[in-house]
Amino acid sequence: MKRFWFLIPLAAFLALAVMLAVGLKLDPREVPSPLIDKPAPKFALQRLDDAARTIRLDDMRGKVWMLNVWASWCVACREEHPLLVEFAKKRVVPLYGLNYKDQREDAKGWLARFGNPYDASLFDDEGRVGIDFGVYGVPETFVIDQNGVIRLKHIGPLTPDVIATKIEPLLKKLDA
Amino acid sequence: MIPELGHFLLWLALGVSAVLGTLPLVGAGRNRADWMALARPSAAILFALVALAFVCLALAFVGNDFSVLYVATNSNRSLPTHYRFAAVWGGHEGSMLLWTLMLAVWTVAVARFSAHLPDKVMARILAVMGWLSFGFLLFMLMTSNPFDRLVPTPANGRDLNPLLQDPGMVIHPPMLYMGYVGLSVAFSFAVAALIGGNLDATWARWTRPWTTAAWIFLTIGIALGSGWAYYELGWGGWWFWDPVENASFMPWLVATALIHSLAVTEKRNSFKSWTVLLAILAFSLSLLGTFLVRSGVLSSVHAFATDPRRGLFILAFLVIVIGASLALYAWRAPKVGIGARFALLSRETLLLGNNVLLVVACGAVLLGTLYPLALDALGMGKISVGPPYFDTVFVPLLTPLIFLMGIGPLARWKEAELPDLASRLKWAAGAAVVATLLTIWLRGGIGSVGVVGLLMAFWIVGSIATDLFERLRPVGGVRTGLLHRARLIPRSIAGMQLAHLGVAVFILGVTLVKTGEIERDVRMQPGDTTTIGDLVFTFSGVREVAGPNYRAMQGTISVTDKGRPVVTLHPEKRHYPATQSTMTEAAIEAGLTRDLYVSLGEPVDGGAWIVRVYVKPFVDWIWGGCLVMALGGLLAASDRRYRVKVRRTAEATTSVASAA
Repeated sequence: MKRFWFLIPLAAFLALAVMLAVGLKLDPREVPSPLIDKPAPKFALQRLDDAARTIRLDDMRGKVWMLNVWASWCVACREEHPLLVEFAKKRVVPLYGLNYKDQREDAKGWLARFGNPYDASLFDDEGRVGIDFGVYGVPETFVIDQNGVIRLKHIGPLTPDVIATKIEPLLKKLDA
Repeated sequence: MIPELGHFLLWLALGVSAVLGTLPLVGAGRNRADWMALARPSAAILFALVALAFVCLALAFVGNDFSVLYVATNSNRSLPTHYRFAAVWGGHEGSMLLWTLMLAVWTVAVARFSAHLPDKVMARILAVMGWLSFGFLLFMLMTSNPFDRLVPTPANGRDLNPLLQDPGMVIHPPMLYMGYVGLSVAFSFAVAALIGGNLDATWARWTRPWTTAAWIFLTIGIALGSGWAYYELGWGGWWFWDPVENASFMPWLVATALIHSLAVTEKRNSFKSWTVLLAILAFSLSLLGTFLVRSGVLSSVHAFATDPRRGLFILAFLVIVIGASLALYAWRAPKVGIGARFALLSRETLLLGNNVLLVVACGAVLLGTLYPLALDALGMGKISVGPPYFDTVFVPLLTPLIFLMGIGPLARWKEAELPDLASRLKWAAGAAVVATLLTIWLRGGIGSVGVVGLLMAFWIVGSIATDLFERLRPVGGVRTGLLHRARLIPRSIAGMQLAHLGVAVFILGVTLVKTGEIERDVRMQPGDTTTIGDLVFTFSGVREVAGPNYRAMQGTISVTDKGRPVVTLHPEKRHYPATQSTMTEAAIEAGLTRDLYVSLGEPVDGGAWIVRVYVKPFVDWIWGGCLVMALGGLLAASDRRYRVKVRRTAEATTSVASAA
């Protein structure tokens, strides 16, 4: 009987370890975005490569498209970039970039160096549109449907796993 | 080339730690003196290798070698040199290297300063520490190599997180890690004693100074972190019950319990299995804290870039180290005797009360920290437990703890008498009540929690004064000088009372700032004034200034007290272009009785700003109290009986009566 008491710390710890193992699979940053299933915020921004041309939300109506928030100062963006370049080659849906709080020359140089997967990038130097989209870390990726409704938001760099299990099934469902 | 050298040194260190972890341990079991003799040189070599690896990484930082991924992520050409050096531990990989270096420092310190330990004991202790080093080195090499290269080399780095570009942040992590890792010494002593089966008063005396040393670092580390949050986050708060703060607070609570429990084990040979458990728990909580911070299971302001592999590795390490030591405990501890008996009212009982309360407090913090995770794990949604929970739980736990703190040091070992204690402490109790009433009369209404806080603080002071008076008054007709009698007080006793006084100072600070602080968030145009009591704050606008790697909007706010100028404050809003982030730099006029705290909020239209104007009475006493606690620890750890090299158990038991 006495031995039993000395086993309690071990038992309690093992229970804790099981809980931590389960917790490891969950992502505390995966806060459900209030924007999911809501209309995407309206915007009108200059193109990164051509300040004279403007892109608006309304231009996108009628097609499923993806918006990837990036910046030349963002190291994690560089990590996901090859993946985006690969993904863009498949030409599943139009992929737009939101160049967030960046310098135009830096951003262009960055794309020239690492490749440009985007149909076009929106130049959001003050980060206003980013704030409307609820961006709190770069990179982030959104999927927006034919009616201009946000269907998915991914925070942090994309991974092959995220594309295969979350993005592609959703795009299929949206019939893109 | 230098980064490759550093990487190679880490692999060598891994090999040496494997040797240190196995051969001396087996040697101790088989009585092989030659194998045991390997322990000390291995510890020294391990330290040299890790230290050189650390130097390699520091050279990469100072030399702006952005071909190293970790340097590129955490440094920048325009970063001042001293921050480039501090950036070594500004991210995950370097923090782990610093952690491993600290572990090697403690290992080599044990090898050097515990030379009087029997060879077998020494061999086992160093072997356990060798295993810990092995685990951390393997973790670094497998998942977090700080020397990984980045191809192609960027022209400039991404810069150190601006939050960390601060003198407080330069020394906070090393202090905290010294504390965390220092607890591994008590852990290794405990595990070695469980393996060897020699758990006695001598073991407790060997462990005590090491535990106290680690506790000192932990105390200073936590206080520095809290002070940093106060002036750097711009909210004027000093403790947020953030998961990472809790991760450092939990080992502190258990280490504090351990220090007290070790005292009983050393003096009375009691509580042995309990003390060993605390020694295991204290370090386990350090490891758990590492897991919580590094794995990303909890979200927090401290969140590091996370990688699931890292979390999994640390969890596995946690299960092996803690699981194995607790299993060892379940196996060996039942054989440990109960030790000397004691009466219901005795210093032992009071210290047991202290231990139970501290451990329950730690449990409460653990629960509050993990509860959101537990709910999430059970699929019951995401919630967060805030300060209200912790405040509600802590006051009822702290109050009896402080009450015991007043009585414990005056109670006798083995058996104390209630009437005797009551008559000795009645003056302390009376003085506490009078001092509280006097404070309320001077400062005005402070609420019921405030009254409890004041009573607690003055009760501690009163009881320390009583103890001091009893020790210093002439006794038995022997005429000796006051100074002579003061010198007779052992340092361990003086240190204990000084640390307790630190607690009183801390409680006074917390109580007075909680009940008397005034916080105003006001919109101010240049020329506007805000009045708090006799203080008038005049905002005379904002101008742009340039720092080495940032641009700042610097406000100017002059303060007058009853018309007399007090100070002109310059709070800043700094923008760091490399990381595209904005930092608030509060301006603080610190004082013994109050801080004037001003920080810039957001600019609003027409040149106006939201300005936060705080008056914080006695807030510096919070950190002052921590410093006094740490000084007390230092005094206690330097007690002469730890410095006397060779001591036998028999002597120890006879000398306790005087030191008690």
